Amino acid sequence: MAKGTNDAKLLIQSLRKAYAATPTSLKIIDLYVVYAVATALIQVAYMAMVGSFPFNSFLSGVLSCVGTAVLAVCLRIQVNKDNKEFKDLPPERAFADFVLCNLVLHLVIMNFLG
Amino acid sequence: MATSKVEGSSSLRHAFGGVLSVFILLLIGVVAFSIRLFSVIKYESVIHEFDPYFNYRVTQFLSKNGIYDFWNWFDDRTWYPLGRVIGGTVYPGLTLTAGTMWKLANSLNIPLSVETVCVFTAPIFSAFAAWATYLLTKEVKGTGAGITAAAILAMVPSYISRSVAGSYDNEAVAIFALIFTFYLYIKTLNTGSLFYATLNSLAYFYMVCSWGGYTFIINLIPMHVLLCIVTGRYSSRLYIAYAPLVVLGTLLAALVPVVGFNAVMTSEHFGSFLVFIIIHVVALVYYIKGILTPRLFKVATTLVLTVGIAVCAVVVAILVALVASSPTKGWSGRSLSLLDPTYASKYIPIIASVSEHQPPTWPSYFMDINVLAFLVPAGIVACFLPLSDASSFAVLYLVTSVYFSGVMVRLMLVLAPAACIMSGIALSEAFGVLTRSMKFHITKYFECSHTEAPAKLGESTSTESSAPLENMTKSDTTEKPEVARKEKVARRKQKKEKELTENAHVKPVSAKKEKRPLVLPLEASIVSVFLLIVLGGLYVLHCVWAAAEAYSAPSIVLTSHSHDGLHVFDDFREAYAWLRHNTEVDDKVASWWDYGYQTTAMANRTVIVDNNTWNNTHIATVGTAMSSPEKAAWEIFNSLDVKYVLVVFGGLVGYPSDDINKFLWMVRIGGGVFPHIKEADYLKDGQYRVDAQATHTMLNCLMYKLSYYRFVETDGKGFDRVRRYEIGKKHFKLTHFEEVFTTHHWMVRIYKLKPQKNRIRGKSRKSKLGSKSTSSKSGGMTHKNPWN
Repeated sequence: MAKGTNDAKLLIQSLRKAYAATPTSLKIIDLYVVYAVATALIQVAYMAMVGSFPFNSFLSGVLSCVGTAVLAVCLRIQVNKDNKEFKDLPPERAFADFVLCNLVLHLVIMNFLG
Repeated sequence: MATSKVEGSSSLRHAFGGVLSVFILLLIGVVAFSIRLFSVIKYESVIHEFDPYFNYRVTQFLSKNGIYDFWNWFDDRTWYPLGRVIGGTVYPGLTLTAGTMWKLANSLNIPLSVETVCVFTAPIFSAFAAWATYLLTKEVKGTGAGITAAAILAMVPSYISRSVAGSYDNEAVAIFALIFTFYLYIKTLNTGSLFYATLNSLAYFYMVCSWGGYTFIINLIPMHVLLCIVTGRYSSRLYIAYAPLVVLGTLLAALVPVVGFNAVMTSEHFGSFLVFIIIHVVALVYYIKGILTPRLFKVATTLVLTVGIAVCAVVVAILVALVASSPTKGWSGRSLSLLDPTYASKYIPIIASVSEHQPPTWPSYFMDINVLAFLVPAGIVACFLPLSDASSFAVLYLVTSVYFSGVMVRLMLVLAPAACIMSGIALSEAFGVLTRSMKFHITKYFECSHTEAPAKLGESTSTESSAPLENMTKSDTTEKPEVARKEKVARRKQKKEKELTENAHVKPVSAKKEKRPLVLPLEASIVSVFLLIVLGGLYVLHCVWAAAEAYSAPSIVLTSHSHDGLHVFDDFREAYAWLRHNTEVDDKVASWWDYGYQTTAMANRTVIVDNNTWNNTHIATVGTAMSSPEKAAWEIFNSLDVKYVLVVFGGLVGYPSDDINKFLWMVRIGGGVFPHIKEADYLKDGQYRVDAQATHTMLNCLMYKLSYYRFVETDGKGFDRVRRYEIGKKHFKLTHFEEVFTTHHWMVRIYKLKPQKNRIRGKSRKSKLGSKSTSSKSGGMTHKNPWN
């Protein structure tokens, strides 16, 4: 049992150390993802309290947060220098794709918000 | 210098190849368009069947009133007195596409009518579908396979059957949207570009707008993602291909009014959400694996598993309870009947009664996809060497569509693109191997004949390190050119033996030396290429025959060849035109639901039930009326404000799809809601007959009377050409209906409800009071027998 907790502590420590080694730009993207997911969770909690009457508004709100989180993760994948598959993709192109996809997403959200 | 010359010639060859393939694709588009024009040439440019008439009417409304009125349209001329919300129950893709094309053409001052645009929408989009197949197969295997697959799809009879000129139905644009969505998904998977992921979501949106079959896409793609994860092919490109599609796709699907909140609440979409969660878990696992050492990773997995399994069990239990508690929010009836083929016949007779929903017979496979039926297994094998993400998707698509096509004959249409892709791959690989063998042999032949001595030396040096046996065979083959000048027979036999042994030894040689291509004997290759070309020719012949003879009938106009020439039966349009010109605008017409769309579109009269079949009770009411005696039927129709009743009768000319043949379905559907209609009452010893042996109920029901009224006057004996016997009750009068119109060949008969008598004498007064109260009851649709 002590070995178990010891192992868990070691695990968390090594995770923290490994994560600290990632470049700052990726950490910013990760922060954005965390923020988006947190917003989505807050919206779900609010819906649980108040009820889901304009269901389309609830759906569009939650899905916009989840959607932009997913797109940010895709951007992180494409910009990460350790990723061998995207070695010759210029980061500007990745960011432009990210912006375009977000534009389409938010256009649809605006339409569905009601 | 020599290398640049070689490069120059190869780039020139590439450029020439590119131009040639563009030209070939253009021709494929022309073929796809032209092969669907047989019905326009043989009959006229008219809309076919039943469903296209509804789509045509909706497109007319859209072109006349604009998109906002179309989006909010409530149609009160159908399903009287309920009406139908068109804006919320129709898939708008097809009408919006045709409306846009019409608007574009008219704005360029090309005066096309709405009907012309509607008739030719399907052939145009089939050309687009062929090009989309080229793009998709190019992503899976290469340009050669792409062109072959496109050529095959342009002509495959299964697709032609639902997209001839005049078949203005959802599948006309939906198949193009399906293939295009799959192409963009595979392209995103191959390149990992978020731009293509966006385009993929937009193409999926177009598919959702067009057809209810979009659930196939939203279940097939998650299945493929799961397959990739399970077989260890997870990559970040997979995440980019799938995750944005789920979020954006769900949102876009919810935008379409028909789908609405079903996009997040029905079981058909749950698979995509489940795999969405799974792919996030897998991505996290791979990320952590990347930043931890292997030992620590093992610790992490044990920790997570113990916690995770407990949480998972709880979540799964909750989900199962949710789905089980609300059976209607689970799978829809149509999807359930796909998964369990016997579901519809047990619970929903309307779905079971549609002929398109029956399972196909074996001959229909050969009729619809012909040669592809045995090219497909070869394609599956070719997809496995080598296996890539795209080729695994093609195999999965084929396997699932084969299963679904086995359940419902209508879904052979979804099998067609998969079969074409597989066959294109198979044919192109076969041609590749054969032409490579031919080229190998011919270049070797020319090399040997031009430079004999050094070639011999070269051959022998190259085989120095092989076994002595091989040496003997190699030297034998170098003697080939000399032998070639001599008798052909001896050469062929010798070469075949040598080639067989050479083939057997080719593998070890290739392992030692440079990679030698697997080649076949020259004669075998030439004969095989010739046979494959003959196969292709037979396929083309069959497709053209199928398009011309089997699938080009507009079914609103019938023809028959007799000894004195061609007979044209235009009775349907005759009847609808009569209705249009001889009745009031607000008159209601009752008929079986098959003819509802055509009546509203061509006769412009309000109908009681139509092909949408969304209200089973309303259809059962009409079915009960058709199965009841005259008086009871009159009561039911009067309560629905019906003025005219329309029946289709084929007994005089031998038209087999008439209402008497469909009558048992009316009884079954009516009996499903009103229990006093029992199917056994209409059958004599379990057999359905209308001759002298028929039951009393059958001979007195409204359908029998309206079909056979005055029929005995045609030939004196009342011989029914479809049923092939004389009818049972020949001389009778109608008490509550009067005949107002019968078409030229007696195919459509229209009757008017007689108004109630003003003066009632004697005992009929009492029964009138009784019938008044019972008629109000039957208007309220109770389940008690109203005339007892």
